Amino acid sequence: MSFVTVTDVWQRYGDRSIIERVNLDVAEGEFVSIVGASGCGKSTFLRLLLADETPSRGEIRIDGGEPAREPGRERGVVFQRYSVFPHMTVRDNIVAAESFPSGLGRFFGARLRAARDRADKTLDRIGLAHVAKNYPATLSGGMQQRLAIGQALTARPRILLLDEPFGALDPGTRIAMHDFLTELRAETRMTVFMVTHDLSEGFKLGDRVLVFDKTRWDPHMPEAFGATVTYDFDARDGGVPFQHILDNYPRLAAH
Amino acid sequence: MRLINRRPARPAAVLLAAVPFVAVLIAYWIGSEVRLAANPADKLLPAPETIAATARQIFTEGDRRSGDILLWTDTLSSLRRLGLGVGIAAASATVLGTLIGMLPYARRTLSDFVAVVSMVPPLALLPILFIVFGLGETSKVVLIVVGITPFITRDLSQRVLDIPHEEIVKAQTLGASTAVIALRVVLPKILPRLLQSVRLSLGAAWLFLIAAEAVAADSGLGYRIFLVRRYLAMDIILTYVIWITLLAFLIDWALKATSRAAFPWLEAGL
Ligand SMILES: Nc1ncnc2c1ncn2[C@@H]1O[C@H](COP(=O)(O)OP(=O)(O)O)[C@@H](O)[C@H]1O
Ligand SMILES: [Mg+2]
Repeated sequence: MSFVTVTDVWQRYGDRSIIERVNLDVAEGEFVSIVGASGCGKSTFLRLLLADETPSRGEIRIDGGEPAREPGRERGVVFQRYSVFPHMTVRDNIVAAESFPSGLGRFFGARLRAARDRADKTLDRIGLAHVAKNYPATLSGGMQQRLAIGQALTARPRILLLDEPFGALDPGTRIAMHDFLTELRAETRMTVFMVTHDLSEGFKLGDRVLVFDKTRWDPHMPEAFGATVTYDFDARDGGVPFQHILDNYPRLAAH
Repeated sequence: MRLINRRPARPAAVLLAAVPFVAVLIAYWIGSEVRLAANPADKLLPAPETIAATARQIFTEGDRRSGDILLWTDTLSSLRRLGLGVGIAAASATVLGTLIGMLPYARRTLSDFVAVVSMVPPLALLPILFIVFGLGETSKVVLIVVGITPFITRDLSQRVLDIPHEEIVKAQTLGASTAVIALRVVLPKILPRLLQSVRLSLGAAWLFLIAAEAVAADSGLGYRIFLVRRYLAMDIILTYVIWITLLAFLIDWALKATSRAAFPWLEAGL
């Protein structure tokens, strides 16, 4: 049942504890929002999910597999910035998501043409077809993030990790991006982890909202203890809990 | 208005840029007049007309013995040495810089070594190079390579380290191997810097070339200058110096133009 399993994960840099005792079960297709104070370790937790770092203790498994030791194709990621390759055109950024696993990281001939056609379809769907030949730097922040998400999804990851993906966008663009992401998710039913500092964004998009905070505090050594998941909200049905509890007890529902 | 906020407008700006050149020319011309008035046979500051006449002769008339125009043969052999030296240096620095910047193992092994080697004054090695590689072409090319490779390597490896970690992670999540990250992400991003780095080290490369040619050669721009020095042929020396400056300027300009044409994404954001 549990797709992403986080078991007693701690992360420590030197003698600074950042994250401690995190346990989590996430079902396939769930959208998990992660919120918390700035600097509490949200990005660190995402890097652990990404396998960019190995936890000091505990382990993270996807679908029961071995804990990963480095980032790979099963985990897609979009950061707040630097998520696309500035030296490739918009279309080549999408093609790269297909060609990078090959020996030279590059397609030639018929294979390249086919990949380009598919990339153009993707760009059509994410509304970037008209800038296919441009370089990312000429795009607005919202378009760059759309490209980044499109590129990450082209690799067909099993989980998608978003670290404040809309943090640098203006409010109007941000709302448009919410619709964009909701649409894409309806198509792919991808498991998503999204770090955000915007609580309402977290509740709007997420099925679940996790709050990271410190539960233990040593006034003499503020760095001694790390943050953990202090709240785990059900954010479906507009944040009103237990709306579907009867689904679990069909016999009760009959009455 | 503060001085830092005053900017010259268009015609004045061009004029200002010309001022130092004109000033030097005038100073030379006055100096030359004064000396020649005192002693018409003075060789130290030949009159501009004399230099122009010598230059025309050097560029067009063949050597009395061989019939070759020496300036062109000198230019050819100097540019060959320079091109070979800078080319080898650029290629090896790219490989080394990428390795040092990308691989923690290579960084541990090589970065301190390169830092120390870059402290060795290359000209002090010149006698050793002549002993080891002989007086032929090899020692001159090697001097240029030894002289500028450490600088370019350090510059490039730093540039690799400056690539945002996010981009490297992104490439990994798309399934790229180390080699693919090197080929598709790191190299394209440092190539513009390589050109810039080469431009910066060309001055040093010319210095090493001319020094090596001055010590031992049978052709080359540096060789010629130091040869005619014995006859105090200032008109020839000055012609060669101006010619070398012009060559250096043209090479720099060509590299800049190449960079602009080859890396359109660099300017896309501006
Ligand atoms: N590689 C690292 N080495 C040492 N400290 C780190 C490292 N990465 C993050 N930190 C520290 O961990 C804390 C949490 O950082 P981060 O996860 O980025 O917080 P946020 O919740 O704002 O995303 C910060 O105080 C940061 O300084
Ligand atoms: Mg963060």
